This record gives sequence, C-alpha cells and structure tokens, in this order.
Amino acid sequence: MTRLSNILAPIFGALSILVAWQFLLPLSGVPAYIAPTPTKIIAVFFNQTDLILSNFLPTAMEALAGFFIGNLAAVLFAILFAYARFIRMAYFPVVLFFNTIPILALSPIIILIFGLGMTPKIIIAAIICFFPTLVNMIRGLASASKNEEELFGMLSANKFEIFLRLHLPRSLPMLFSSLRIATATAVIGAIVGEWIGADKGLGALIIQATFNYQSDKLYAAIVASSSLSIAMFAVVAVVEARVMRGWAR
Amino acid sequence: MSGTAVEAQWLEIGYRNGRDVTTVLSDVNLTVPPGEFLTILGPSGCGKSTLLRVVANLLDPLGGQIAVLGNTPEAARRARKTGFVFQDATLLPWRTVGQNIRLPAVVGGRQARQLPDTRIAELMALLGLSGLEDRYPSQLSGGQRQRVAIARALIDEPEILLMDEPFGALDEITRDRLNDELLGIWRETGMTILFVTHSIEEAVYLGQRVIVMAANPGRILNIHDLRPVKTGDNRCQRDNAAIVSEIAAQRQLLAEAS
Repeated sequence: MTRLSNILAPIFGALSILVAWQFLLPLSGVPAYIAPTPTKIIAVFFNQTDLILSNFLPTAMEALAGFFIGNLAAVLFAILFAYARFIRMAYFPVVLFFNTIPILALSPIIILIFGLGMTPKIIIAAIICFFPTLVNMIRGLASASKNEEELFGMLSANKFEIFLRLHLPRSLPMLFSSLRIATATAVIGAIVGEWIGADKGLGALIIQATFNYQSDKLYAAIVASSSLSIAMFAVVAVVEARVMRGWAR
Repeated sequence: MSGTAVEAQWLEIGYRNGRDVTTVLSDVNLTVPPGEFLTILGPSGCGKSTLLRVVANLLDPLGGQIAVLGNTPEAARRARKTGFVFQDATLLPWRTVGQNIRLPAVVGGRQARQLPDTRIAELMALLGLSGLEDRYPSQLSGGQRQRVAIARALIDEPEILLMDEPFGALDEITRDRLNDELLGIWRETGMTILFVTHSIEEAVYLGQRVIVMAANPGRILNIHDLRPVKTGDNRCQRDNAAIVSEIAAQRQLLAEAS
C-alpha cells in the first residue's frame, strides 16, 4: 500500500496542477502567446513531432557527449591531482580560477573559436560538468578512513592496489552524486551554447519561439529539455544502483 | 631475541610531525613468549593502541629495540606473520563477506596465490559465518562484522594476532560470546594474541598476563601474571572468586594511578 501510494501521490500532485492550469488559465485573462494551456503544449508533440525531434536530437547528442567528456576529464584530472602533489599545487589554483569565469561569459569565446557546429556546445556542456565532478572526485579519493589505510598497509599493498581496491571504490558515492547533478547541468550547457549561436537544437527552438510569440512551441521545448535531463538522471540512477548494490542496505 | 613472539627493550613510542616529537609511551620493556594470550589494559590515551601499531609496523618507534618473531616488525608484516583486527571491523562495504575475507589474498603481491575454497569454508565455520558469504557488511550485525574481520586476519594463518579493542563497540552479551569464541580459536591455533581493551573484566577474563597501563604520561604500571589463578588452558569462570578479586585489584591499581 505504501509503495503504491509512493507512486500515486506524485502523479496525483502533478495531474492536479495540470488540471488547474488547464481550466484556470483561460479564466485568468493571461493571453495565449504568453502562457499556453497544457493541452496546447501536448498538441505540439503530436502535430509537430518532426520539429521537436529534429531539435531534440542535436541537443541530446551535445549534452550526452559533453556529459561523458566533461566527467571523464574530471575523473582523470582528479586522479592526477590526488596522487601528484606538485601538479595539484601548481595547477589546482588555475582550475579554481577558471571555474570562477561565468559560463555565459566564456561561451561566446568558445563559439568564436569553434564556430557554430556541435563542437562548441559539447565543450560548453563538458566545462559545466567538469568542476563539480573534479572537486567531488578529489574528495572521494581521499575519503578512506585511517583504519582502511592501515588495513592496506598491514597487507603490504602497493600504491596501485590501494588506488584500485580502496580509493577508487571509496570515491564512488561522491562521484555518483556529481554525475546526478551533471545530468541537469550538461543539458543546461548544451542549451546555453545553442542560445549564443545555433540554428538547431532545443536552445535555438526556445529563442525562435520566444521571438515569434509561439508560447506553445517554447513550452514544448522546455518540456523536451527537462525530459532529456530526467532520462539521463534515470540512467545514472540505474547504473548507480547496480554498481553500489549492497553498500548501505 | 629469537624464540620470543615479541621482545621490546626500552621502547619509546610517539609521533613525529616535522621537528615536533610527541612521546606517547616510554621505557617499554616486554617479552611475549610464543602462544601467549596477552591483554593490554588501560584508560584512553595511555598509548595501548599505539603500542600495538608499533608491533604491527604501522608506526615506527622513536627509540629502543623491538623484535617480532626474532626479526623486525616490518619483516613480520611483509611475511604476513602478524594479523590485525581493528575496533570498527574495517570491512569494505562494496565487498561481500567472502570477498572481504579473501582481501589479503588479492593485495600485497599475493594475486598469484590461489586460496583453496575449503580454507574459506573452514574459517567461516570456525567463526560461525557459514551461509553468510554473499552478504554485504551492511546486512550484518556488529558481532558478525567483527567475526568477518577476525576471519580476514586469520586467512594468512598469522603467528601473532594483534587486536585493538575489537569488541569495544559491541553489547555485553555479544562481547562475552565472542570472548569465549576467541579463547576457543586461540586454543585451537596456538597463536600469540595481543589484545588491547579498556575493560578490566575482559582483560582479566581473556589474558594469561595483563599489561596494566596508565596515561599522562603513558607508561606500563604493572605486568600481572594470571596463570596461577587459571588452569593450564586459560579456562576460567567469570564468577570465579580469584578472577573477581583480580578484577578488583586491577581496578584499584588503575584508580590509584589516575
């Protein structure tokens, strides 16, 4: 019963808001070019499937590629920073400085260098994923307890064994918590890149729909981009559940 | 120094941090014959765990001499002649019970060595863990986790088992049961056990000899031989009058020292 209500309660909550939106919006006098009703937004997905799909796919590819490249680079740099003290001392402040530059200020530079194709969007999505994963991964790699370190010392484990069998598994909870956050930020990065210069993608569709007062298309693009984040989040959650099974039941 | 399990002469123990040296324990003179069950009793901060870490080669002494099985503590550790059991079990949560017990066989250059499955099964039966091989540590009780930690320490058949308050966080009933099981394992294997505890009852019940330590500064107050009040194989009753009076005597000694 509790399991069923866990599923039904949020569905009821969302549906009640959609029903209220559908029926109260026309009564409020807000014009349709500012806020469409839910049925009009859903209609875009059925009547203009090609438009949504042709813009969804590029954004999905940019976000996914950015997610993989950004997080992979973050994990590799974290390992480097965690085990090479001089490199950490020399370059971690540079990375910190780089992180303080707002991504919106950095994006035009990246577009200028790489042009209007998918590459700059992938780079922006990767950069936005990079820093939180880097910081979390460095902390995760150092999160083994003193007793765990001593246990591996007792067993005369070498540095690679300690990394592989202790530090890396210990870092997984923190890595997965950043990956979950990165599923949303990668999509934001791809869309921000498309805003600055693109003729396709959900970001481009959002800009076009806004300037043409096509609020149904604008809202449909927002729903599509949020669905992309949710799908990526779900995949990460499934992988996490498989990898971390048994950890803290 | 051969023929002894542990021999320490004028040992000075502490921590070095750059030029700062903090001495935790000094003037430690100790001879532990092979096969002895020695308990190390004392209040927090007296350096009893630190002493155990020097024997385990997890910490280098500041001065003095120490030999483990006639060699350096490092040689004993590298040869897996010493096993260590921590207070919090220190099981890796991502490994099952079986994988945790096998950990010593997969690190420290031991990859090539195949452990016979019968060895694992024997150890699990010895420690009452049969049927739990595929469980994760999060699915075990505190007592079961410590049993797994002991099994992991025993897999290499060490000659000396070093135990740092292994039952300190357990409830009294579980602790009493594990005390009896540990005595059974000690009798069966004939290994040397150095057992650190802050429980006077536990120290007196388990040990053939009890090292009583005091804090501020950390030092050995007394090495007390309990063999005269116990039978040859260390069997005794918890309510044995001699044991009860020993417990009272050690409590008095510790109270006077603090």
